[in-house]
Amino acid sequence: MPSDKPSDKKSFARDFIRAIPHSRELGMKITAVGDGTAEITMGYDKRFVGDPKSGVIHGGAVSALMDTACGAAVISHPDVPGPTATIDLRIEYMRAATPGQMLTARAECYHVTRSVAFVRATTFDEDFARPVATATGTFTVEPK
Amino acid sequence: MTRPPMSQNRREPLQQVKHRRDTALMALAGGIPYAQYLGITFDRRGDELTAVLPYDDKLIGNPMLPALHGGVTSAFLEVTAIVGLSWSYIWEGMETGTLTLEQLQSGDLPRLPKTIDFTVDYLRSGLPRDSYARAKVTRSGRRYASVHAEAWQDNRDRPHAQATGHFLMPDRG
Repeated sequence: MPSDKPSDKKSFARDFIRAIPHSRELGMKITAVGDGTAEITMGYDKRFVGDPKSGVIHGGAVSALMDTACGAAVISHPDVPGPTATIDLRIEYMRAATPGQMLTARAECYHVTRSVAFVRATTFDEDFARPVATATGTFTVEPK
Repeated sequence: MTRPPMSQNRREPLQQVKHRRDTALMALAGGIPYAQYLGITFDRRGDELTAVLPYDDKLIGNPMLPALHGGVTSAFLEVTAIVGLSWSYIWEGMETGTLTLEQLQSGDLPRLPKTIDFTVDYLRSGLPRDSYARAKVTRSGRRYASVHAEAWQDNRDRPHAQATGHFLMPDRG
């Protein structure tokens, strides 16, 4: 994750994805950011399919989306002074994402200590009533 | 059929054995668009697979260090686990003759297992180098399977990530 602490939320949103080559590659866009929260979208792309027989996006691409959203939530938290890295991330897949639909991951950094940030995230396709996947993770908190 | 399993046919020409196994592996790994997109390939020694992820600039998550994106490492391990798990039952089908060469060539493979959950431990930051990974099927039941995977770069004894996942097995009739 990039180490520059954002001066304001808008420039943070703009610069965050631009600074992460792989997230840019996957076409991720940051659509909302708050104090310790972030929302990131990823459009459907045939290159990210896991099973061509169903056209469903690979779990790995969903992981990449949630990892990015969780990282964004951590560095947008007021008590996190510097960069962060994933310590552990667990993903649960509730159902297959509907082929052709955009994915939205919403992450929340709900607790921060001097060294660890605790995060959870949920991913939706275009049906926001039924989550596709959830994640819980821990991230490093490093001095600036 | 009363014919013995192909793997037990000592007289089967070596090239034919290798061709069958490599065709199966290509159909399996080549049939996952996201694995192709990341550039993942598989080395085979007998039934043992090693996944290889060649370094590419597009895999970077932190350009300041630089380090691989955590999502890339997670995806790499998940692909390794799914291919490793599928390979175990494809191998069985192939060696007992229930999966024919024609089926393998036309990509008519059993369905892939579905991930229920996947937990990744990031042990070290991923360097801008090639990565390798192996999966171990800890338990493979009729409906559920538990798989462990480990990824390393320069040094096999210093993995940069490990993962455990649970999978729903495809319906096999």
